[in-house]
Amino acid sequence: MGNPRTLFDKIWDNHLVETQDDGTSLIFIDRHMVHEVTSPQAFEGLRMSGRKVRHPELTLAVADHNVPTSDRTNGIVITNEESRVQVEALEANVKEFDVPYFAMDDIRQGVVHIVGPEQGFTLPGATIVCGDSHTATHGAFGSLAFGIGTSEVEHVLATQTLLQKKSKNMEIRVEGALPQGVTAKDLIMAIIGKIGTAGGTGCVVEFTGKAIMDLSMEGRMTVCNMAIEGGARGGLIAVDQKTIDYVRGRPMAPKGATWEAAQAYWSTLQSDEGAVYDETIIITAADLVPYVTWGTSPEDALPITANVPSPSDAPNEGKGVAIERALAYMGLEAGTPLTEIPVTRVFIGSCTNGRIEDLRAAAAVVEGRQVAEGMNAMVVPGSGLVKEIAEEEGLDKIFTAAGLDWREAGCSMCLAMNDDRLAPGERCASTSNRNFEGRQGRDSRTHLVSPEMAAAAAITGRLTDVREFLKEGN
Amino acid sequence: MDKFTTLTGIAAPMPLINIDTDMIIPKLFLKTIKRSGLGANLFDEMRFNQDGSEKPEFILNQDAYRKSQIIIAGDNFGCGSSREHAPWAIADFGIRCIISTSFADIFHNNCFKNGILPIRLPKEDVDKLMDDASRGSNATITIDLVNQEIKGPDGGTIKFDVDEFRKECLLEGLDDVGLTLQKEEKIKSFEDSYSASMPWMAR
Repeated sequence: MGNPRTLFDKIWDNHLVETQDDGTSLIFIDRHMVHEVTSPQAFEGLRMSGRKVRHPELTLAVADHNVPTSDRTNGIVITNEESRVQVEALEANVKEFDVPYFAMDDIRQGVVHIVGPEQGFTLPGATIVCGDSHTATHGAFGSLAFGIGTSEVEHVLATQTLLQKKSKNMEIRVEGALPQGVTAKDLIMAIIGKIGTAGGTGCVVEFTGKAIMDLSMEGRMTVCNMAIEGGARGGLIAVDQKTIDYVRGRPMAPKGATWEAAQAYWSTLQSDEGAVYDETIIITAADLVPYVTWGTSPEDALPITANVPSPSDAPNEGKGVAIERALAYMGLEAGTPLTEIPVTRVFIGSCTNGRIEDLRAAAAVVEGRQVAEGMNAMVVPGSGLVKEIAEEEGLDKIFTAAGLDWREAGCSMCLAMNDDRLAPGERCASTSNRNFEGRQGRDSRTHLVSPEMAAAAAITGRLTDVREFLKEGN
Repeated sequence: MDKFTTLTGIAAPMPLINIDTDMIIPKLFLKTIKRSGLGANLFDEMRFNQDGSEKPEFILNQDAYRKSQIIIAGDNFGCGSSREHAPWAIADFGIRCIISTSFADIFHNNCFKNGILPIRLPKEDVDKLMDDASRGSNATITIDLVNQEIKGPDGGTIKFDVDEFRKECLLEGLDDVGLTLQKEEKIKSFEDSYSASMPWMAR
């Protein structure tokens, strides 16, 4: 049977169309998701060169970044003209090129990385791309999934292939079990805090170990989603029964005899015993606590029990300068306990934490409580279907009773391309994935947290260790 | 795509680490459906005040660096999103080469698709070039892609690596899609055997 192979090796080998002498390879792409922000120029390229979409049926389009999350009972109006033009361009393009599309008023509309798995468009063992860095999310299904630029979007539309050099393969093994109150989000933030935002550069990361395999599919998606924030091309998690159970019965998943054959193959999608990684990092789950970011890079992640760092804590001069800049931007003083940082805004949602399990977790924290005075907290489900399930379960009522704003699906304040954004200087506990300068609005201040921690911050009005709430035995 | 062979120009030093894609081109400007015109908003929030006036301390607002064609950057340049608007903005401003110890993968790929050469060098070489660049317009740097050499203002030469295929594409200004479509037969034959062995992947 040849040498033992990693999961990454297996998927890569299975999709190889050809390899040139310098290692540049042409790989076949099984699934291509398209959204309105990174696709107009790609479709324009096709038009200019008279090319068609090679496999419209392997493509799925949805508008998410610019979509308003305000009430839709009287229709959807995008007031910002540029946003509206961008969504209209997508609608015209999917029509012209015959690409399957979930319109804004379709209940299946939502954040592209929530929609793909939800529909069974995302399948184990597949190569999945999208003009969006958080495509890494789909690696949770044992698929090779990564973000691409618009030129590559055009390349995939035209050829259903991509030119790639094979990345290195890193293993991040998380041994043991996560303590209570510590979530998939805390875990991935702890990992990024450890390896840095460039730690995974040039690599596909396979997450392994008990703590990973113990996670639900939602939790695995959260971990893989943020692999890109650690610089990795993609994140990967082996297929197990949970993966297969999640995919079974989804609208676009295979059925009948094809399902049986698929399932048999998917069951082989683990790294072989003795397979060699280029690098292995080991994390002990039991050591972890809830994490937050204090600064303007996802690597600025610290245990909630820590204090804001000082430039003199930096391992090198470059990082020292970055800390100084981040302190000024964030309006923080070195040495302040993280739990003393006040927040007036909370955002629960995004492709990182906008799935049903995330909303359940946040609702459990706020249930029977009230948000802090002056708090503006929004909950944005990842898709129309997530919203529907949440409402069936009565989560919307729990949120609104506690004083949180229950909204429609979209990317929303993860990157503030629609009207949901922070005012300059506003500080937000956010379940999204990036705390870059200006990410949630010009001069906005973002602290990345888990849904549980965001919910706790909404109640107290400051960054809060959610384990205090758990102790109260809610 | 514009060819890239040799470039001689002013290099702007940007030693900050982790310059991310939101800094390079904030989301506000991603609403365009065109590739052109983004240079005016390159580094927008670092470069301009909210009222549109320039921040004088920002490097590209200083007279010596307004016509920079090269950036010498701190570690991990271009981290963050996949937005190709970042290299579009950089190229539109007139910058054709970025030198750093490391780049985020997607950004690095995107550069090559837009006639921009990203060069990875060891820290000591980047430090030296950062030093050279801080001397302003008196210190032009020459990038010779054919011979894979950087010539500093003092005549020193630094060699750099670049993938053969990408080098060829830059030198000739080749369009990837066109090249791949020449392999139609290979793709078709892959598709045939693949759909036979993995029928569930079809839709």
